[in-house]
Amino acid sequence: MSDVHQTERLTFRHGVHPEEFKEFTANLAVERMPFVDEYVVPLSQHAGAPSIPVVLKGQRVKRGEIIAKAATFVSVAQHAPVSGTVESIDLAEHPNGLLVNAIRIKADPYSAQTVDGKKPIPWADMDFKTFITAVQTAGLVGLGGAGFPAHVKFSIPEGKTCKYIIANGCECEPFLTSDHRIMVEYASDLIEGLKILRHFIPAEKVYIGIEKNKPDAIKALSDEIRRQGVDFEVVSLKVKYPQGAEKMLIKAVLKKEVPTGKLPIDVETLVSNVGTLVAMAQYFNQSVPLIERVVTVTGTAIKRPANLMVPVGTQIKHLIDWCGGLTEGAVRILLGGPMMGIAQKTLDVPVTKGISGVLVLTEDEVRDITTYKCIKCSRCVEVCPMYLNPSLMGLMARKELYDEMEELHVMDCFECASCSFVCPSGIPLVQSFRVAKSILRERKARS
Amino acid sequence: MFQVVYALLPILGAAFYFFGLASLLMCTTAVLSCFLAESLFRSGPERFGSLKDGSALLTGLLLALTLPPGFPLWMVFLGGFAAIAIGKVIWGGIGQNLFNPALVGRAFLQAAFPTAITTWSQPDGRFLAARGTNLALPFFQGETLDAVTSATPLAKMKFQHEPTAILDLFFGNTSGSLGETSAILILLAGIYLAARKVFNWHIPVSILATVAIFSGIFFYVNPEFYPSPLHMLFSGGLLLGAVFMATDPVTSPFTIKGCWLFGFGIGFLVVLIRIFGGLPEGVMYAILLMNSAVPLINRATRYRVYGTK
Repeated sequence: MSDVHQTERLTFRHGVHPEEFKEFTANLAVERMPFVDEYVVPLSQHAGAPSIPVVLKGQRVKRGEIIAKAATFVSVAQHAPVSGTVESIDLAEHPNGLLVNAIRIKADPYSAQTVDGKKPIPWADMDFKTFITAVQTAGLVGLGGAGFPAHVKFSIPEGKTCKYIIANGCECEPFLTSDHRIMVEYASDLIEGLKILRHFIPAEKVYIGIEKNKPDAIKALSDEIRRQGVDFEVVSLKVKYPQGAEKMLIKAVLKKEVPTGKLPIDVETLVSNVGTLVAMAQYFNQSVPLIERVVTVTGTAIKRPANLMVPVGTQIKHLIDWCGGLTEGAVRILLGGPMMGIAQKTLDVPVTKGISGVLVLTEDEVRDITTYKCIKCSRCVEVCPMYLNPSLMGLMARKELYDEMEELHVMDCFECASCSFVCPSGIPLVQSFRVAKSILRERKARS
Repeated sequence: MFQVVYALLPILGAAFYFFGLASLLMCTTAVLSCFLAESLFRSGPERFGSLKDGSALLTGLLLALTLPPGFPLWMVFLGGFAAIAIGKVIWGGIGQNLFNPALVGRAFLQAAFPTAITTWSQPDGRFLAARGTNLALPFFQGETLDAVTSATPLAKMKFQHEPTAILDLFFGNTSGSLGETSAILILLAGIYLAARKVFNWHIPVSILATVAIFSGIFFYVNPEFYPSPLHMLFSGGLLLGAVFMATDPVTSPFTIKGCWLFGFGIGFLVVLIRIFGGLPEGVMYAILLMNSAVPLINRATRYRVYGTK
């Protein structure tokens, strides 16, 4: 079979092998959760300017209707996840820990909660500009976590070409299985999405990168590629964290490195999360904008782990309730995976477009906060996928030597947390790099 | 750290078996003086807290294991204190020092008491007898009448060209420092540490390979005059140094390439000092010299950052 690449060598150097814990939910089909009373749609669920509300308090909205428009080019529209009434437009908890303006909608208990129309949008005759506007209007952002607006990524800058499109189905974070289930259950939508994308961005080659631990997804997509008669290639990759990071994926599939400070398009490549592509296909085929997504609710402290299809804006307390609640000893709730997920202080935070998992851990699984001094054992040096020296940068961070850290390329750190994961002294390395990066960014903005 | 201490246990046992009570007294003294120095130079909750990481314990044990069995205890005490004070505390504590603390302590003793540190006694199986010189009072010549002194295999080789049986070297039935005589136990400890991924196996492998090849060349040229590579590997402090001292993460390079270079440097210097130097043994100075080169090695062997040329 020529459409599946089966070489063990397809990976990047360094990285770590955390235990997978995917067995909790890997074989569970995506289930729909009943609608709840209230939804909170933050106006900032993406990188870029927050969306501008176009509804008023008390106004009735319909599921799928635009409730906020894109503020500028680097911004997207937001849609009502349910039919109901706008209760308020006010500050609300956001997964990033800040209070962000959000539209609160009270669901109409008598509504059928369907999306109007469901007609396909004829994309084949669209010109490129209309396509970009359509993607922006659909509210599409990268569903992998970063939340970068999809239309911005698809707008290839003047003078650059895109030779390769890679659909990112690695899902290297332990516990999470949302992309896995999407690839198995929405294989035809995914291929459809890639076909649409390639129509507008005529790349020479289209790859779907999947880690070897998802053989059913590899098979489902290979079958679908044959069925639809396209020349896309499924690339099965070695299981290693952070294989799903854009730069690592490009290195593994194309053996190319994105130059420091540059974007994938500078090596003629466009990487998109599989969920984003499925959402795009669903928009063009059924005119359903991005109003729901698959979220893996898992962890040893969840009674009944599951993959849920939930409307964007559902507060995580409802997800946890639907999954049977928490077991005794639950101490930490993370949005995202255990490596890069963000710990939450309240269950009132809503699921946003970039949230792929709700992970609840028990006390035994959470690392004790005692830290020791760095003994330069260099384990972090041997795992950093960017080949940085976290040990040295960690020592510099303690002394606030940010300029020296910049010389050691701290800005190239994409915060995969492999260094913190292997540190025998329990030093919060990646956390200190995050601080250093934002201080350096601020300094640059000021000067 | 404690993994390394566990790996040292059989070697401590061997020291006790070969050199009796003296080994116990010396180890205890060295560890106590390291603890004293460690807590004396700290304040607040760190005063005793810093003992918990086990590094002072390890330094004390390693120092004692590099000393001759009849070494006066008061000198051991001074050495342990110097190891922590000069070897670690003045650099800013654990993780900051440039040189291996145990070897700094030993270098201090070598400079201060050159006679005592080169007086060796043969293992004689008298377990419970403290050697006369152990209990010598500070600044007095110890009674030497019941200690049978004997040159180390390396000294015999260097000054009389008289090799020692490899098997004796291998099992440790020779004169030498407390912990360096039994090659087999040190090798096993090294394999244990490598298997547990506690240390960087590249360093000892690189040191031993360099010593074997380099001394092999000399041996090939003149087997009458130069020691055989096996004799080189199994005698003196080479194995103890390669497995327990050179692998100290704080004072060894970051990258694997750097570690190979570091090990090569140590191996090269050991052979150079042993064959051409004035001393029969050169492991301590070889490691300390290469310790000082670690910042340079780190600079030269930095990884190329992803996305840069």
